[in-house]
Amino acid sequence: MYITHHFWELLFQGIRLGSLYALIAIGYTMVYGVLQLINFAHSEVFMSGALGGVFMLTALVGNKGKVPTGFAAFEYTALALLAGAAVGAGIAFSLERVAYRPLRQRHAPKLVYLITAIGASIFLYNLAGKLFGRNNLRVPEPFHSGKVFVLPGSGAVGPRTVKSLDLLIVISAVVMMVGLDLIISRTKLGAGIRAVAQDSETAQLMGVDVNKVISRTFLIGGLLGGVGGVLYGLFHTVNYTMGFVPGIKAFTAAVLGGIGNIRGAMLGGLLLGLVESFTQGIIPNGLQWVDVVAFVVLVFVLLVRPTGLLGERTGRAA
Amino acid sequence: MSTTSISELSAQVRRLRKHDAWYRNPVWGRLVVILALVMVLSILTNTTQGSPSDYTLMFKDSWFCQRGAKFLLGGVVVWGLAEVWRWRGLSKIASQAASPVRGLRNSSALTNPWTKRGSLVVLIVVAVLLPTMGMFTLPYFQSVLAGQVGVYVLAALGLNVVVGWAGLLDLGYIAFFAIGAYTTAILSGKLPVGDDGNPELHPPIHLNLFFAFPVAVILTMVAGLVLGAPTLRLRGDYLAIVTLGFHEIVLKVAANDPHGLTNGSLGATGIQTFRFNLFGIHYDWRTNDAKPYWYLAIGIIILVVFAFRRLEHSKVGRSWTAIREDEVAAAASGVPTVKYKLMAFAIGASTSGFAGVLATAKITAITPDNFPLTLSIFVLAYVIFGGMGSLIGVIVGAALMTFLPAFLQGPPSWFNSGHPVVDPKDIPMWIGAVLLAMMIFRPQGLIPSKRRAQELSQAEAGVGEADAMTGVAEGVAQ
Repeated sequence: MYITHHFWELLFQGIRLGSLYALIAIGYTMVYGVLQLINFAHSEVFMSGALGGVFMLTALVGNKGKVPTGFAAFEYTALALLAGAAVGAGIAFSLERVAYRPLRQRHAPKLVYLITAIGASIFLYNLAGKLFGRNNLRVPEPFHSGKVFVLPGSGAVGPRTVKSLDLLIVISAVVMMVGLDLIISRTKLGAGIRAVAQDSETAQLMGVDVNKVISRTFLIGGLLGGVGGVLYGLFHTVNYTMGFVPGIKAFTAAVLGGIGNIRGAMLGGLLLGLVESFTQGIIPNGLQWVDVVAFVVLVFVLLVRPTGLLGERTGRAA
Repeated sequence: MSTTSISELSAQVRRLRKHDAWYRNPVWGRLVVILALVMVLSILTNTTQGSPSDYTLMFKDSWFCQRGAKFLLGGVVVWGLAEVWRWRGLSKIASQAASPVRGLRNSSALTNPWTKRGSLVVLIVVAVLLPTMGMFTLPYFQSVLAGQVGVYVLAALGLNVVVGWAGLLDLGYIAFFAIGAYTTAILSGKLPVGDDGNPELHPPIHLNLFFAFPVAVILTMVAGLVLGAPTLRLRGDYLAIVTLGFHEIVLKVAANDPHGLTNGSLGATGIQTFRFNLFGIHYDWRTNDAKPYWYLAIGIIILVVFAFRRLEHSKVGRSWTAIREDEVAAAASGVPTVKYKLMAFAIGASTSGFAGVLATAKITAITPDNFPLTLSIFVLAYVIFGGMGSLIGVIVGAALMTFLPAFLQGPPSWFNSGHPVVDPKDIPMWIGAVLLAMMIFRPQGLIPSKRRAQELSQAEAGVGEADAMTGVAEGVAQ
């Protein structure tokens, strides 16, 4: 059996992909929590984060093909992630200010919100295409991604050996998610976000500055999405349309876990990554059917459990 | 007394603090906004495209050069004029002068059914005469009329039922269009090609293409029902994402070519066109002349508009209105919400399939690349731009939005003479910008349906919903 030979490999690949989906899904789910809005433009936040990271790397490493080593490698990677986070957060923040806040102040109906989000998404990615060209961008390597340990079983798909890049992706995703969880459950801002998600009018009466909380929610979501974009760009192609498919997948993950529920988004992301990875392993020619399987899973989950796996518990710590 | 004085005091302090420094004057804020807008416009209207080898090219080419300076200067002039206008109180005078006119327009036009009918008749006459006038005698523009304007007006009319009347958001609308197109290819014998790649061996179906209409309509309606049945019971915004996913699935299936059914990325070529052979009259639609397709499209659109107008004011149409205005109230008053939402979704889907057949017969070759996801969003943009819920608005909106890009791009002869103002690659960007601007400044659209405009403004005042997004039907928890 193919799957028994490749079990560990597929598992690891699934975790790597799933932790990225989780990072993006958190952005969707947090915005949904406070605004009850599917922020379709979040995939463009992800894309712009990746572009920010790539530009930072190009500025630091250059196009000569020399891979930095030692402390420089560490520093460049950190700076690229920071740049991605900053660009992602900036785009998400300005999106909220320019597009969503005027609508919110007029109490626009939901359909108007959704169409605005789609308009913003299509405008932003085509603008990026116009600004930076429509071909794949070259991503300089920030460090030499060496073998860390070998997985049991023989390899044909994905990484048989776990490289330092894979570990970087998984570890930074996990660190950010744990950090976010602490922010949401322990800090004043987190309490504000939970309050607004539960009932924004009452929260306002209790002295929560709703506009500020919503702004910061977008900031946090954009930050995670931007870092996710840089990490995704390190092992995938970077171009102006790169946001679309991971964006939809991450939304699927958010629904899977129960939209509005932050831990649900993490779980949903991981699950979706695993499902996709094992699809590639089990179905012949699986790579072509990955997207189809992801959507079938979405429809199935909506049918059987419309509130997602962990339930839509907006406004709880979990 | 103390409470009012405290709140007033704090408001005063805030006001004072805001205006104490010269740079806090909102005049400068407006200058910054206008300059930012102008700089963005400078990039948007620039015909050069960025390059992946030099990320700063576009900024150099549109900001740090003569072009950028001109735009900045223009921005400052606009700002200055606007400030003078504001300072002289001219805007107040203008709005006072305009208000009686606006009131008059609201009260008379488009409320009288004969005005509506009259404008429809004018539209039809213009459409019939169009290919004989001016630049529309050029084959390029005739082809644009038949292959894009006609087809997308029809498609937009169908989407209007879903978005404009039932208040649902369908982002995978062109998936049904693709199903219609592939049905056409299969019924004309060009697909499936089978595992050996020879279409002649496999399904010997060679139907007159007019029979593709009913088959496509039934197929797309079934597809719409299958997709809508599980999702329409849920909150409306799930429908948006599921339809988007459905579009992606249809494209993937077409591209992955199961058992040679769709011939993968090669698609089908040489699909036959319409022919008419009845009562001794024989007529062939030929690919080298676009006019007959245009007249066929006009005929179909007239029939569809007639049917939809009847539908709009029937029990079904009124149920849709009730559902989008307040779904809970509609359900409580005994309107079977899921049934009517499904009906709207299926009618929209089948219209899209219909348009797909029409388009395929015109272009005679299809590949999965003909049905990109952005196309679904474009058709949505046409509906929004024209005015959702308003048949005339949707027709005019779709016609304008499909014709303008083709016009700006121009036929090859114009292209070579340097006529094009907009690079065809930038058109999606402009469509996105139009969607954004419409939603922020005029959500009711170009020629709004009166009822829809009122709903939107009422929803903003906190009465009703103007869409079917909240979806509490069938007792699913919020």
